[in-house]
Amino acid sequence: MVTYLIRRILIGIPVLLGVTLINFLIINLAPGSPADLYLSPTATPEDVARTETALGLDKPVFVQYLNWLTQLLHGNLGVSFQNREPVTQLIADRIGPTLLLMGTSLVIAYLVAIPIGIFAARRRNTAADYGVVGASFLGISVPHFFLGLAMIYVFALTLGWFPTGGMVTLGRGGGFADRVSHLVLPVVVLATGVAAGMVRYVRSSMIDAFGQDYIRTAKAKGLGASVITNKHALRNALIPVVTVIGIDLSALIGGAIVTEQIFQWPGIGLLTIQSIGARDYAVLMGINLIAAIAVFAANLLTDIAYAVVDPRVAYA
Amino acid sequence: MHKRLEPETGQSSARLMIRRFRRHRLAVVGLVVVVLMVLMAALAPLLAPDDPNRIFDKFESSPSGEHLLGTDSVGRDVLSRLIYGARVSMSVGVGAVVVYVVIGVLLGLLAGYYGGWVDQVLMRITDVFMSFPYFMVILILVSVLGPSLLTIIVVIGALAWPMIGRLVRGSVLSIKGSDYVQAAVALGYRTPRILFRHILPNALSPIVVNATFGVAQAIILESGLSFLGMGVRPPAASWGNMLSEAQSITVLSSQPWIWIPPGLMILLAVLAINFVGDGLRDSMESRSES
Repeated sequence: MVTYLIRRILIGIPVLLGVTLINFLIINLAPGSPADLYLSPTATPEDVARTETALGLDKPVFVQYLNWLTQLLHGNLGVSFQNREPVTQLIADRIGPTLLLMGTSLVIAYLVAIPIGIFAARRRNTAADYGVVGASFLGISVPHFFLGLAMIYVFALTLGWFPTGGMVTLGRGGGFADRVSHLVLPVVVLATGVAAGMVRYVRSSMIDAFGQDYIRTAKAKGLGASVITNKHALRNALIPVVTVIGIDLSALIGGAIVTEQIFQWPGIGLLTIQSIGARDYAVLMGINLIAAIAVFAANLLTDIAYAVVDPRVAYA
Repeated sequence: MHKRLEPETGQSSARLMIRRFRRHRLAVVGLVVVVLMVLMAALAPLLAPDDPNRIFDKFESSPSGEHLLGTDSVGRDVLSRLIYGARVSMSVGVGAVVVYVVIGVLLGLLAGYYGGWVDQVLMRITDVFMSFPYFMVILILVSVLGPSLLTIIVVIGALAWPMIGRLVRGSVLSIKGSDYVQAAVALGYRTPRILFRHILPNALSPIVVNATFGVAQAIILESGLSFLGMGVRPPAASWGNMLSEAQSITVLSSQPWIWIPPGLMILLAVLAINFVGDGLRDSMESRSES
């Protein structure tokens, strides 16, 4: 077990280096020199050359990468092209709202999806089951932006139950109820896709579990249906479910970008869109790296959690 | 569930698959919808009532006999743009998936067949690619390279292969030891022949299923990128960029004909393809019930 963990983490090191390299290369594909972005359009070629030297851009790409990596290890992600603020600071300012949005969505999605998945599995091939499966297909197929716009149209503009966007009502201090009401619609949008995927996963996982011998044994022992479902089947069914949490994080980050844009939620997603608009590649490189490290860590933790939860996993 | 006894013996596996697929009613409906959408894309010039880029005097006019779905904020016929938009979605869906299936299959075959350090290196590269949150890295890459239809296809194709790669590798590992592959090796066939003639055909089912879901995924990605202004650039019509008009509150609240139809088209296309994928999965995999 311990050897497995150590191996798994050691394997992660080259992967993490690869992530930084790809991230660096993506931004280097951008046409023109980053120095142009620092300077006014009237700058002379000499000004450009001087800035390039100052930024280390005259060195070979590989040296630039190593320099960038060294800075990275010191926790320095560079400064924004746009307003010269440190990228780490910009990200730190925006990460809170995003974590709040994604965290709430993930928790709610799982709280809703797991019971529904169990419910559908127990009533397999009934009208209720077909309803759940149909709804989950809708949920995985609807794009975030369409669902978001439809939500705003119905619940904010037509019914007026919730605000159209933002995190607090400006000028009203923003009490707890105000914050919650701003959170509802974006959370519903973001949680829908995750929950829909999770329902299908839990359902088929439970159906698999119900077919196992130990369930037959439990039934033969005369145990009640709820004990069989909740103790025997669920515990085993949730093991494969653990593995999709890492995948969900990646999807959640993508969904958050669109959702934050639609609801003007002041998080990392909105920062991404703004930085794309301003061609601020320093900020984009930082965001992309942080997001990739988060997904990488989630995948690693998932693997480890899987090994911990399921003793049958071979540590080969 | 007890299995119905059917005279399935003596039939080719393709026939059997088609039979199972036809029993999956939603998948059949999905397939019909997909075929209709492909026809709509192919025959767009014949079907569209107007040139999708022609600007009429009346902008933001509500649906009428003249413009069945009204006109957008520039004065273009919404229905015509909707029909032409199918071309974008279908070409991104198919184009991107073809690119990444080719990459994934090649890398998966190499990793699975050769094993050892080749496998180690390729799998670590796969891990690297899987660490990037899909939509974000695609968004950034497209913005760096300059958004266009071709860029989207290439970028999705270049980033989405790891899943296929892993699937193919897994299949190869399980097929590699089988007698017929051993026989092919013993007969001295060249490696490409063994890989493409003996191993790949037997690893096809999961690839087809995954690729089908991939088409739906690519359509969602394109529409999301176009919605954010990082996809197909106006004036070209794409369902995603048609919806981006609804980021204005006026359009969103009082001109629903501009944004609801393209939204429903995306939903319908993606849903139909997902149904087809589900039907294929059920009919191709040996454990047909789930």
